[in-house]
Amino acid sequence: MAKFNININGTTKKIDADPDTPVLWVLRDHLDLVGTKYGCGIAQCGACTVHLNGSAIRSCSVAISTVGDQKITTIEGISKSSEKLENIVKEAWLTHDVAQCGYCQSGQIMNATALLKINPNPSDTDIDRAMTGNICRCGTYTRIKTAIKTAAAQLT
Amino acid sequence: MTLVKTKYNRRSFLKVSAASGGGMMLGFSWLASCNPTKEQALSMPESWFDINAFIKIGENGLVTIFSPNPEIGQNIKTSMPMVVAEELDVAWKNVIVEQAALDTHKYERQIAGGSQSIRRGWQGLRMAGATARHMLMEAAANEWKVTVSSLSTNEGIIKHDESNRTMSYGQMAATASTLEVPENIELKDPKDFKIIGQPTKNVDGEKIISGAPLFGLDFKREGMKISMIEHSPAFGMKLKGFNEEVIKSMPGISDVLVVNTAPKEAAWSNVNAFTEVIAIVGNTTWQVMKAKKALIVEWEWDSPAEDSQDHEFKLAQSLQTGVKELARKDGNAEEAFKKAHNVIEKTYSAPFLAHNTMEPMNFFADVSKAKAELIGPIQTPEAMGKSISNLLDIPIENVTVMLTRMGGGFGRRLYGNFGLEAATISYNTGKPIKLIYTREDDMTQGVYRPAYKVKYRAALDEKNELIGFSIHGTGIHGSPVFENRFPAGAVPNYLAEKMSIDSNISTGAWRAPRSNFIAGAEQSFLDEVAEAAGKDPIDFRLELFDRAIKNPIGTDNDYDPQRYAGVLELVRDKSNWGVKTEGVYRGVSAYFCHNTYVAQVLDMVLINGKHKIKKVWCAIDCGIVINPEGAINQAEGGIIDGIGHAMYSNLTFDKGSPIQKNFDTYSMIRHHQAPSEIEVFFVDNGIDPTGLGEPTLPPISGALANAIYQASGQRLYKQPFIQQDIKLG
Ligand code: FES
Ligand code: FES
Repeated sequence: MAKFNININGTTKKIDADPDTPVLWVLRDHLDLVGTKYGCGIAQCGACTVHLNGSAIRSCSVAISTVGDQKITTIEGISKSSEKLENIVKEAWLTHDVAQCGYCQSGQIMNATALLKINPNPSDTDIDRAMTGNICRCGTYTRIKTAIKTAAAQLT
Repeated sequence: MTLVKTKYNRRSFLKVSAASGGGMMLGFSWLASCNPTKEQALSMPESWFDINAFIKIGENGLVTIFSPNPEIGQNIKTSMPMVVAEELDVAWKNVIVEQAALDTHKYERQIAGGSQSIRRGWQGLRMAGATARHMLMEAAANEWKVTVSSLSTNEGIIKHDESNRTMSYGQMAATASTLEVPENIELKDPKDFKIIGQPTKNVDGEKIISGAPLFGLDFKREGMKISMIEHSPAFGMKLKGFNEEVIKSMPGISDVLVVNTAPKEAAWSNVNAFTEVIAIVGNTTWQVMKAKKALIVEWEWDSPAEDSQDHEFKLAQSLQTGVKELARKDGNAEEAFKKAHNVIEKTYSAPFLAHNTMEPMNFFADVSKAKAELIGPIQTPEAMGKSISNLLDIPIENVTVMLTRMGGGFGRRLYGNFGLEAATISYNTGKPIKLIYTREDDMTQGVYRPAYKVKYRAALDEKNELIGFSIHGTGIHGSPVFENRFPAGAVPNYLAEKMSIDSNISTGAWRAPRSNFIAGAEQSFLDEVAEAAGKDPIDFRLELFDRAIKNPIGTDNDYDPQRYAGVLELVRDKSNWGVKTEGVYRGVSAYFCHNTYVAQVLDMVLINGKHKIKKVWCAIDCGIVINPEGAINQAEGGIIDGIGHAMYSNLTFDKGSPIQKNFDTYSMIRHHQAPSEIEVFFVDNGIDPTGLGEPTLPPISGALANAIYQASGQRLYKQPFIQQDIKLG
């Protein structure tokens, strides 16, 4: 076990965990932030997507010891955010009633938000390329794409 | 006007009481049918009289509907309360939907599967809403000393038109709760529906997108430990020994044990190939995962190892020489084949598939010798409770199973072996635990969609009329054939035969069982037969439906040819079928299962020599559409899921082990492979609603194969299509 100070959703938290613990399990087990989901554990499904300094990462495959003082943002952080982008994305998800079972959606939203941050007006191909790592067994892909486009339209 | 009875043989489907905190509480049976058919009335199940859902009308006018049904993503937590609110006549914005505090004693009929929830619940839900409305009106009539029939309601307000007096439901709720439940109740005319038929957002939408702890995997209780299991790596192997001491001494690990969950009594929900597993219990998920990785286990063979080549060979052999069960025979098919001008014969096959719900299996258990408390995602809580009671000798009254939201079901969560494991681990260690499957555990545990093979033959006479048809189907643990489905009933000489083979690999229901394979095979075959007959594939099918309408063969036909033809005509018209567009390759398909009719046209284009599904047109006849928003979402999901599994997914075996263990090797459809657009059309016919969780999935693989044929000239007989070396363009 080792002690870490990590910056999560704008506040610093003290953690006592094995250094190789993936960020995913620190969030879920140590911090009770369970909006970030486990789906595969090997960076293949995107359910665990969070932002590290604003970029999307697969938290199941990043050890807590490598995070240092970089900023982690989770779905809980996004959902409380007062930023324009985050709110537009959330609104778009609700407008298009995207979720079915809902399990993959926090990862989808985290990835979509990261995409729109660097590319506020993505083409279909941009969206496909950025989102391809996020699996949805319920098959909500077309709605996700529509939601991203709706959000983009409001950003530009 | 439909009049329904709230009582049957002096027993009531409804119960009224005062709500704690003021207002009225109407309890009802969620899945009772208050308009039983003759056969149903004879066998009226006890459970129809179990009060298992509640409507509360508060003095503030807010209506709370406690929904007991498990939510696996079919949106029934939104659509079912909409039905209650409709008959009750309240504004949807004043309705709160709560998942009832669920336990198996009160909620005996909880099951989500087979797209049945809405079909079964429809009448009961309407009766409950209508009864509450009537009682509120009766209370107002008494108060004002007028007749009930002189009153009207609108969005929670009762009005006496003559005197122009009004009163809210909230004001009358307490009084209404003291009245007798009326014996007969009138339901609305569907043309007056105001809420049903309106696109309505998922009631949990906001919680889902904010990451609220809704799912089983998110459940936490103070003092709870994390547990994982290790099952044998191959079907046919059992545990011999392992490095128990090493694992026990690893950081954070409190218990390492072997648990046996072989049920004492067989139950359909107890599918499980690995009844003896190693369980590890510890403080955090990561510590337990690390301990699991450090396991060195010795396994030994118990039954022969199987692999995918074996399966392929045995299925082919079973089609040729296996023991046949004659399922249906009309006329004389063999004679028709002999006389035929042209005989078309094709064989189709599909592999094993894993369910791969995005939320892996998991369950919380706090179990002692005296009682068991289970919490998690399960489609069959009642069956799980019974199995645990049996296995651990705990009286059933002391077993509770509570539900969480489910991160997908697709049939996997009908089989609660993970609950039995969780219960046994907690029982043996004396600790509350949450069992979590890794993705690998989940994908290799064995409740699979089995591999199938089916052979079709069609006989055309010299006028290219279909005079004979036969279907022989085999599969692992069961045949995929539905003998009474189309084209049975439309062909004078028809033969259906079933075979199956055994295996030590366990299988179970998977989204639209059997239909998920057979629909695509049948619809590809019919496309090929239509071509051989020189007919347009839609016209060809419509001719057959016409035969089944005018001159049906046999009496057991499992479909209504008129409604079947109806969806096909609708999709034909909407998609402008017959109008050719340069560079667009089209395939069509239609199927009836789970009481719903679906027809689809799939448009494929080629971009840089690669295929892209440009659009899917989908016509559906599922009776009244309660919530178009949710219904369209379900329909799209089924289509994408169906394309994905037919095109990409494949589970194969080597020496008894599943070769694909996680998403790096098991292909799931991804964003860029989904259709660019899906448009859904509903037939408007006022018939009682049927389910939508499954029916759009089965036919789409047929439309896909038929479109690929147009684009490539290649017919596809084997799933997954992607492995068939298709040369497009
Ligand atoms: S859980 Fe991290 S990508 Fe699947
Ligand atoms: S909504 Fe169920 S997995 Fe995506």
